[in-house]
Amino acid sequence: MRSATLTRCDDVAVALSEAAAATTPLDPASQAHVEHCLRCQAELVQYKKLFRALRAMRTEVLEPSPGLLGEIFLALEEAGERGVVRSVLSGRRAAYLGGIAAAAAAAGVGGALVVATRTRRRLAS
Amino acid sequence: MPVDVAHLVAEAREGDRDAFDELVKATYADTYTLAYRLTGNEEDARDVVQEAYLRAYRGIKRFRGDAQFSTWMYRITANCAATHLGRRQKHRHDELTDELGLADDRPVADVEGHVERGVLRDRLQGALAQLPPRLRAVVILRDIYDLPHESIAAELGISESAAKVRLHRARKKLREDLFPLPTDGEGESSRHLRAGDRVEGDAHAV
Repeated sequence: MRSATLTRCDDVAVALSEAAAATTPLDPASQAHVEHCLRCQAELVQYKKLFRALRAMRTEVLEPSPGLLGEIFLALEEAGERGVVRSVLSGRRAAYLGGIAAAAAAAGVGGALVVATRTRRRLAS
Repeated sequence: MPVDVAHLVAEAREGDRDAFDELVKATYADTYTLAYRLTGNEEDARDVVQEAYLRAYRGIKRFRGDAQFSTWMYRITANCAATHLGRRQKHRHDELTDELGLADDRPVADVEGHVERGVLRDRLQGALAQLPPRLRAVVILRDIYDLPHESIAAELGISESAAKVRLHRARKKLREDLFPLPTDGEGESSRHLRAGDRVEGDAHAV
């Protein structure tokens, strides 16, 4: 008899808190157990009080200490500046690489012209 | 004048930094409250709040708007707090159990409500502060902030079933702390304690 009671109390332990939180109602078997078990009835009442108190905390807002808002803005500012610096650097890098490529192309064209001119002179003489 | 959060979110998603600043102003106290409850101390809460808004700023374009902005911030804050506490645990493992005695004794904006809720609320604050951080996070996110199990599990980096087990253990511990069994009368009390212990033992296994 005692072991049967223990098993039933264990079985409904999780369901009790869910029922008290009003997320899942007790199934008929658990309901029948709770109706005859003073301990589970007491736990159910205690859970209901617990959830009332927890939910009441939802509307409470702690007052942040002064300066927090400024710290957040500063952190955002720094992050923004880092982003800008990154994009500027990547822009400069692109311009630098472009410049090198243009210079190399110009040198190539110049070299080709010099070679062509010399060849023409050699053929003319 | 009430702040139109949805409008500010839309503007911020378009890259309007001023709109994002307004969002911060409108929500930072709420975010700080959650961070303080999760970390248990002001210094960590400030760090978590800053990190949370940085992540939000970087990710605002990905915010789809299918949840409230506040809920999105709760999830980010929970994730930041878990990361922060995990990092700190690695460095200062021995201090974690002692520092949680810090009850939520900061001044509250809702002074009248604070007084009315009285003794049970104060004891609950103390009991929450005594919970291990991993249990406290789950019960706070679920039973105070109403986040679904799935989101809690995702932000804390655990499975959904582990989140449920932690939630049950946290609720049970809170209930036992708030409504302790009478110490006299061996028969019923000791029998029930054994039954409760077995439930906790099962939970430990997960």
